[in-house]
Amino acid sequence: MVEPARDTQAATKVVPLLKDELDIVIPTIRNLDFLEMWRPFFQPYHLIIVQDGDPSKTITVPDGFDYELYNRNDINRILGPKASCISFKDSACRCFGYMVSKKKYIFTIDDDCFVAKDPSGKPINALEQHIKNILSPSTPFFFNTLYDPYREGADFVRGYPFSLREGVPTAVSHGLWLNIPDYDAPTQLVKPLERNTRYVDAILTIPKGTLFPMCGMNLAFDRELIGPAMYFGLMGDGQPIGRYDDMWAGWCTKVICDHLGLGVKTGLPYIYHSKASNPFVNLRKEYKGIFWQEEIIPFFQAATLPKDCTTVQNCYIELSKQVKEKLSKVDPYFDKLADAMVTWIEAWDELNPPSGASAKVANGKA
Amino acid sequence: MRTQPSLLSLAIDTAVLHLSHFSDLSPLPDHILLDLLGRTLKAGKLNEKVLNLFMATGKDEILSVIQALNIQHVLTPVLPTKFGKMSVVNIKDSDVDIIIGALRSDLTSFMNEWRSIFSRFHLIIVKDPDLNEELKIPEGFNVDVYAKSHMDHVVGSSTSVLFSGYSCRYFGFLISRKKYIVSIDDDCVPAKDEKGFLVDAVDQHIMNLTTPATPFFFNTLYDPYREGADFVRGYPFSLRNGVMCALSCGLWLNLADFDAPTQALKPGQRNSRYVDAVMTVPARAMMPISGINIAFDREVIGPTLLPALRLAGEGKLRWETMEDIWSGMCVKIVCDHLGMGVKSGLPYVWRRDRGNAIESLKKEWEGVKLMEEVVPFFQSVRLPRTAATAEDCVVEIAKAVKQKLGPLDPVFARAAEAMSEWIKLWKALGSGSLPL
Repeated sequence: MVEPARDTQAATKVVPLLKDELDIVIPTIRNLDFLEMWRPFFQPYHLIIVQDGDPSKTITVPDGFDYELYNRNDINRILGPKASCISFKDSACRCFGYMVSKKKYIFTIDDDCFVAKDPSGKPINALEQHIKNILSPSTPFFFNTLYDPYREGADFVRGYPFSLREGVPTAVSHGLWLNIPDYDAPTQLVKPLERNTRYVDAILTIPKGTLFPMCGMNLAFDRELIGPAMYFGLMGDGQPIGRYDDMWAGWCTKVICDHLGLGVKTGLPYIYHSKASNPFVNLRKEYKGIFWQEEIIPFFQAATLPKDCTTVQNCYIELSKQVKEKLSKVDPYFDKLADAMVTWIEAWDELNPPSGASAKVANGKA
Repeated sequence: MRTQPSLLSLAIDTAVLHLSHFSDLSPLPDHILLDLLGRTLKAGKLNEKVLNLFMATGKDEILSVIQALNIQHVLTPVLPTKFGKMSVVNIKDSDVDIIIGALRSDLTSFMNEWRSIFSRFHLIIVKDPDLNEELKIPEGFNVDVYAKSHMDHVVGSSTSVLFSGYSCRYFGFLISRKKYIVSIDDDCVPAKDEKGFLVDAVDQHIMNLTTPATPFFFNTLYDPYREGADFVRGYPFSLRNGVMCALSCGLWLNLADFDAPTQALKPGQRNSRYVDAVMTVPARAMMPISGINIAFDREVIGPTLLPALRLAGEGKLRWETMEDIWSGMCVKIVCDHLGMGVKSGLPYVWRRDRGNAIESLKKEWEGVKLMEEVVPFFQSVRLPRTAATAEDCVVEIAKAVKQKLGPLDPVFARAAEAMSEWIKLWKALGSGSLPL
């Protein structure tokens, strides 16, 4: 029986690593009560809250947090016509937070995710683990059977070539979930009672050339290294598909990371996922995705980027061209998505000009 | 003068050794059943399955002996294994050979530590041809032992050098006729999991081999066929059937399989982290496959595990070898090509402290250097579509090794030779119905 950590106030003194270099991005449509539990771990950091849904509703942020909040009106105001690329009525809107952030690192978490406990009963500081993952190298070119070799107590095994032991920079740290696992709707329907109780004490690099399903519930990344690839697509209101936002971002990100020689890690840290969404609602959202992914996966598996694509933006624009070319025939949605991908990059570059130029961005409500 | 044992007594002794082959003991007369029970207890061969066999006879005397001795069904003596939901195959103990390469002569403590796990199965123990002392093996196992004399007889004395040192186990792989092989180094004993239960490494390996592998897309919850896990959202449905798992690579607690430089730098480092996961190593991802704790489907990739890369200064400690790493790279390439999977993770074994890393460092630097050539080579190897069997694939790899790596170092030229020879041996001796 797995449970969340109940008393995190007593957590051992937290040293907030990268306090001024990391933003925590949280999409929400309800409330932010869950922050209370995360307080000892999150309070030193700046929050970017992206309010989805009705902008006239007020979202209360617990006292003591330093944050900026953006609702739909803010998004429209800041991006103008380009706001069309940001989803409405779907947590995919969170990627707006990535775009307006000025920090090097992003950690994003869902508002139904709580602090988990490790097997010894200690509350897990997920943010700290993500930071450790991101600050240590990845090893995508050769699989280490003892998992992350940079972890204390581990190392590279016999036979691991020395020339590959420096590793490459880590762009993404993908965490996991105890309690309600991230299953798709059909699996949820078949196994409504299944809970993830297995704490797998490992972090590993996903090998180059291998795709994976990236979940946005508990995710950290280096915005400077891979930010522009973290577009969470067109989902929700007015779109034929939902619950594929993070998947889409993950496939694009992995292809680009592989191309640029960056690493993606998965495994620790765990958070406690408390709410199982309604599987019938999910099925309606995912339905088309379940068929489309059979085309999408081979597309990403075969995607290659030309050598002259050396920035994330160039890679992403190139990918969008290939999406338009190859996936439009699956459904006209992909045509729209390809356009949105370009809009996203344009908006990103506008809000994040190369250093030297100033960017006039209106701040959200504080 | 001692009386000779009666034929009946000999028959009962043999029955004890082959208990795993019996499905029903009720036809036996009561007095023989009692004797059989007594000798089974003495031999230390009473486990859940055997106890059930005796109890199923329903014979009063048997049941009262069991009660008098207070023999109880132990709830979890060894980690209970439930075959994965995808596995419809019923694996018999007789489908498995446990093959041990003996590099030390006294196997008493090793065998006794593994007794509760190994005693159900047939064992093949292959003695390192360079080892002069007689092997000491305790009673109560169904075991066949092979030594240099057998190798000379079967493959000729000039070829038997192939099997020196850790490579002696490959002779066992060659002559076995079972579908599944489990092979563990003779300095490893069963590990305990985080709950303190003894890990049945053989059961876990068989479970890995008999549930599908998923090399084409990474599942973030690791093995989806494990109880309590499944495929995550975003995993394409067409890939959820998985493919056959050909190789299962286990891990090691205590003395992990580090190379000599690493262990020399961290002499006190011991692996105490029990990672409760099995995962498929994705297709096209290369990995260092350690020979310390492995299992494989012999029918499907038998010939690919081969003795080929022998370091000039190869020694009798894993730090001083690279043969398994080379063999493993071949296996991974072949599996990727033939569309089969390789799993890594559980089971753990406990590896005893042995040897001195700094001493070995003097010898093993050669292996470390060679890996720098080996890796780019394997990254670039392409097998033709016409290579449809494991044998064909090995032949192709051998050709490529001779061509591309041969000129770089004589050790590679010799490896290529050894690989071609091995396939000839395998074709002549590795298949067919008659075991040697």
